[in-house]
Amino acid sequence: MAKVLVVTSGKGGVGKTTSTAALGAALAQRGEKVVVVDFDVGLRNLDLIMGAERRVVFDLINVAQGVAKLSQALIRDKRLESLWLLPASQTRDKDALTDEGVRDIIADLRTKFDWIICDSPAGIERGATLAMRYADEAVVVTNPEVSSVRDADRIIGMLDSKTVKAEQGEQIKKHVLITRYDTSRAARGEMLNIDDILEILAVPLLGIIPESQDVLKASNVGSPVTLNNAGSQPARAYIDAARRLSGETVDMVVPTEQRRGFMDRLLGRRAA
Amino acid sequence: MDAKVEPQRQVMRLRGRSYVAFVFSPFMPIMNWLEEIDATLAQSPGFFAGRPIVLDLAAVELSSHGVAHLVSSLETRGIRVLGLEGIEPDGLDPKLPPVLSGGRGCVVEQVEPKKVEVQPPPPAPSLLLRSPVRSGQRIVYTEGDVTVLGSVGSGAEIVAGGSIHVYGTLRGRAMAGINGNSDARIYCQKIEAELLAIDGYYQTAEDIGETLRRQPAQAWLDGDVLRITPLN
Ligand SMILES: Nc1ncnc2c1ncn2[C@@H]1O[C@H](COP(=O)(O)OP(=O)(O)OP(=O)(O)O)[C@@H](O)[C@H]1O
Ligand SMILES: [Mg+2]
Repeated sequence: MAKVLVVTSGKGGVGKTTSTAALGAALAQRGEKVVVVDFDVGLRNLDLIMGAERRVVFDLINVAQGVAKLSQALIRDKRLESLWLLPASQTRDKDALTDEGVRDIIADLRTKFDWIICDSPAGIERGATLAMRYADEAVVVTNPEVSSVRDADRIIGMLDSKTVKAEQGEQIKKHVLITRYDTSRAARGEMLNIDDILEILAVPLLGIIPESQDVLKASNVGSPVTLNNAGSQPARAYIDAARRLSGETVDMVVPTEQRRGFMDRLLGRRAA
Repeated sequence: MDAKVEPQRQVMRLRGRSYVAFVFSPFMPIMNWLEEIDATLAQSPGFFAGRPIVLDLAAVELSSHGVAHLVSSLETRGIRVLGLEGIEPDGLDPKLPPVLSGGRGCVVEQVEPKKVEVQPPPPAPSLLLRSPVRSGQRIVYTEGDVTVLGSVGSGAEIVAGGSIHVYGTLRGRAMAGINGNSDARIYCQKIEAELLAIDGYYQTAEDIGETLRRQPAQAWLDGDVLRITPLN
């Protein structure tokens, strides 16, 4: 059965778009049929990270308004045949998207894909609430830093009240993804530690993605990091996270500064 | 997105109280009606002392001057009028008591001024929250106690008429006894609160001692001082 996953955060610039692309590609590499949907209307980015910006003809809003058919707007990835992109519009504003429009598109995508991954815009306004509205599961992206964690807490509250699932009295399944985890700053105690973040958010951990040049390199060439350099630290962390999303139990590793310590286990903590 | 530090003082100090007021409904001729008042006062002087009195003028037609005269006739009898009812406020002398609305009738059972009847308070209702209260959420429950099975996030707020119990870390704001209940308390398993208030008296995170932080604690009112003490 299709799963609708929203990647959200509240705070901007924490790594939602990077994570949407990386998780989408990792799931597709496992043979799942995946579409990544850009909800950041007016500030679209996902097409760049996916390297598809020069192939965009129609977008989410065209489909929502009935100007184009879904099949005309979907763009198939050149590297992975089971990975698709539904781009956002760069020219419209967020008000062009309606609740009914999103509902119909999501319902349609459910019939065609295993995973529908929605890249949410930052904030708590309409764009973000529409991106989460029809989700079954959520990846809440946070950096190990106080304001980001507080915004994540706020978003979790919205996931538990503003989604269709929540309104029907069901629980939306939530995961925390800690990104931009800087190993050298962590070693100096300059960041919130992982246990504190999990204690504050009280949501299971999906993965810890280290701060890494490999992420920038991948986005510069328009490729999800899991495709561009699958052996890199961030790619391996995303691949593990994707396995956890599909229900596998994978030991959690906390990224550490020295390569040798990389496999250190976070004892007793199981994946979401 | 970031929760702003808004001064909450006005909100907290603004409290409601309800009193039972006697409603006088004068009839014509006013002289006869005043005689009845005098008769009551002769039987039990101080009958109306310390009681809020409201004048319902619906049954009489009085000019603004007539109303002022009636109010002062009552004042000479030691009866001070709190407010007026059943009359249009326009054209009245602004020095007169205000015109009230929205009063509801009730039965006054005990009018003897001295005797204070102690009634057992009805069982206080309570609200149970089974999941954490997240940043940005505001729970307002003026009817009684609020219990949270989980933490209260930074930037979240709980407002309760009674006490507040947090089985988790209290990182946000908690305001107990909001309707003037100074016996209300705040309990939590771990205190990292941004603000604690009981019956309008409050302390911010800065006031909470470093030694208490992250400990189980309770807050209560000692006169008009909000005290925060360890819970063990
Ligand atoms: N693990 C990482 N290591 C280094 N840089 C990263 C990492 N993750 C993300 N970044 C960088 O951080 C910036 C923001 O990332 P991204 O665009 O994915 O965030 P976002 O949450 O989608 O932002 P917005 O809220 O604006 O949509 C980008 O420049 C990205 O390359
Ligand atoms: Mg983005």
